[in-house]
Amino acid sequence: MSSSIGTAPVVQEGVAAAPPGPWREFWGAFSANKGAMLGLAVIVLLLLVALLAPWIAPHAPDLTDSKAFLLPPAWQQGGSSTHLLGTDAIGRDILSRLMFGARLSLSIGIAVVAISAAAGIALGLVAGFFRGVLEIAIMRAMDVILTLPSLLLAIVIVAILGPGLLNAMLAVAVVVLPHYVRITRAAVISEISRDYVTAARLSGAGTLRLMFHEVLPNCAAPLIVQASLGVSTAILDAAALGFLGLGAQPPSPEWGTMLADAREFVLRAWWVVTFPGLAILAAVLAFNLLGDGLRDALDPKLKR
Amino acid sequence: MFRFILTRASLLVPTFFGMTLLAFFLIRLVPGDPIETLAGERGIDPVRHAVLLHEYGLDRPILTQYGIYIERVLHGDLGKSLITQAPVLDEFLSLFPATVELALCAVLFALLLGIPAGILAAVKRNSVFDHGVMAVSLTGYSMPIFWWGLLLILLFSVQLGWTPVSGRIAVEYYIEPVTGFLLIDSLLAGDYGAFWSALGHLVLPAIVLGTNTLAVIARMTRSAMLEVLGEDYIRTARAKGLAPLRVVGVHALRNALIPVVTVIGLQVGVLFTGAILTETIFSWPGVGKWMIEAIGRRDYPVLQGGMLLLGAIVMVVNVGVDLAYGFINPRIRLAR
Repeated sequence: MSSSIGTAPVVQEGVAAAPPGPWREFWGAFSANKGAMLGLAVIVLLLLVALLAPWIAPHAPDLTDSKAFLLPPAWQQGGSSTHLLGTDAIGRDILSRLMFGARLSLSIGIAVVAISAAAGIALGLVAGFFRGVLEIAIMRAMDVILTLPSLLLAIVIVAILGPGLLNAMLAVAVVVLPHYVRITRAAVISEISRDYVTAARLSGAGTLRLMFHEVLPNCAAPLIVQASLGVSTAILDAAALGFLGLGAQPPSPEWGTMLADAREFVLRAWWVVTFPGLAILAAVLAFNLLGDGLRDALDPKLKR
Repeated sequence: MFRFILTRASLLVPTFFGMTLLAFFLIRLVPGDPIETLAGERGIDPVRHAVLLHEYGLDRPILTQYGIYIERVLHGDLGKSLITQAPVLDEFLSLFPATVELALCAVLFALLLGIPAGILAAVKRNSVFDHGVMAVSLTGYSMPIFWWGLLLILLFSVQLGWTPVSGRIAVEYYIEPVTGFLLIDSLLAGDYGAFWSALGHLVLPAIVLGTNTLAVIARMTRSAMLEVLGEDYIRTARAKGLAPLRVVGVHALRNALIPVVTVIGLQVGVLFTGAILTETIFSWPGVGKWMIEAIGRRDYPVLQGGMLLLGAIVMVVNVGVDLAYGFINPRIRLAR
């Protein structure tokens, strides 16, 4: 960046006054955002809980305790310190289930984003590079997916493929696909006329190299933001499918599925309903905070 | 203007055909053929199976079948429910007013709270109130509404006993449908008891369904307001000595509301998504609950038709919003 014309001391001075590197600059802007740091902290905590669940969970997630059906949380009358957040209708420890559920929800979020981002980026690159009929076909298809109410399409897909965690993830990935396609295509179109792309093309770079090596890294910022926000959407939608009985199937400790199980006890045991939802809310909120922070730090133009 | 309307409206055609393609081929992914699905678990003998395949045109080439499907759809024939044998379109139309009533009340709730909150947050930028509104709206935006509904039932219906848990109106009332909206129909019939019952049933579902929209509207109003408050004409208005309330409430709000109106229009899809969950929790007899029940009964024509109809409605509303936006703001329509 810094111009290095002149004698050696001037160059050194230039280095000393050089702007911080891209990472430091990014971290400086990001860490100043309290909300984003809170989100990051919650995500790190959730990741740790998910990774360490077999060691830190007080009980096995599907171990039933026949002496303790619908036991209230420890601090309430009748609660016991062996089941901190109480037990569900067949005596399973809610805290342990939530900890194991974190594994499911985080993997769902990350897997869905990985699938949809990979497919979306590929389609977006194709649409942006090869204009014409191919682009029209891809973008019209994305319009169709985007127009249909998201959960409705996911529900219909799962209803047809059959309920289950994998199908639910696939359905959610299809539903969020258009965002990645649109972002990538828009970024590609704005980048492709830049001089550096022309230069690379003239020096003989093939289309694939242009796509992945030249253009894609320069489209990364909006995609990273979308991916972070996408994890929250994926967790929320997968939980909603679980709640409707279409996602992970019982006795899986997926948070949405736990809520579905708990529905009939809403009148008698507030804790079986409250904690799984709280976990979903915390995870979704954390990824949204992270996404907002990333957007502000990576792309000042988008800052509102 | 006419040209603008035509260009926007012409985009409807490919999207609608795309939707029919999706609806048609998604249903093909169901294991087995439609006749086997119709027969259900009883099974069907091969001869009868072949006859029925021929009768329904299912032995024809797939493109011909799609052609037949399109022709039927364009004539308003979306097939019959496998369970009730009633036409899908009729069932949809009889349930749709309940969903619309719920969605409208949800939007009303979101507007009444969201716009004032957004304005105040913008005016008192960086105050405790501003941070509070932003935190609450991000929470509302992240809220799993199916859980939120259960929490509200727990608090208001179970603990406090203020509102009923489910349904649309207490069983003792019967209101002759005129508009399909119970709130209006009960007033038309002069039955105030029914009106209050319907309102009581509506409050919680409307709050639940309106929560995401409320968060979006509050955020949007705030940011639009902040942008407008920085404009020169606002400074001029202030310099003229106009009352602050007038500057904010009249001069600024008018322009700040334009993006907000668009956002409300684009919430229709979100509202339908939310209605599926809300109606399931509160046993609200609308199209969302109808479709969820159809899944359990493997009633594919209902799923197919319902998806197509809701998608078409969202599509038309989106284009309507686009047109309205171009109408309010000439720069948009001249841009192309």
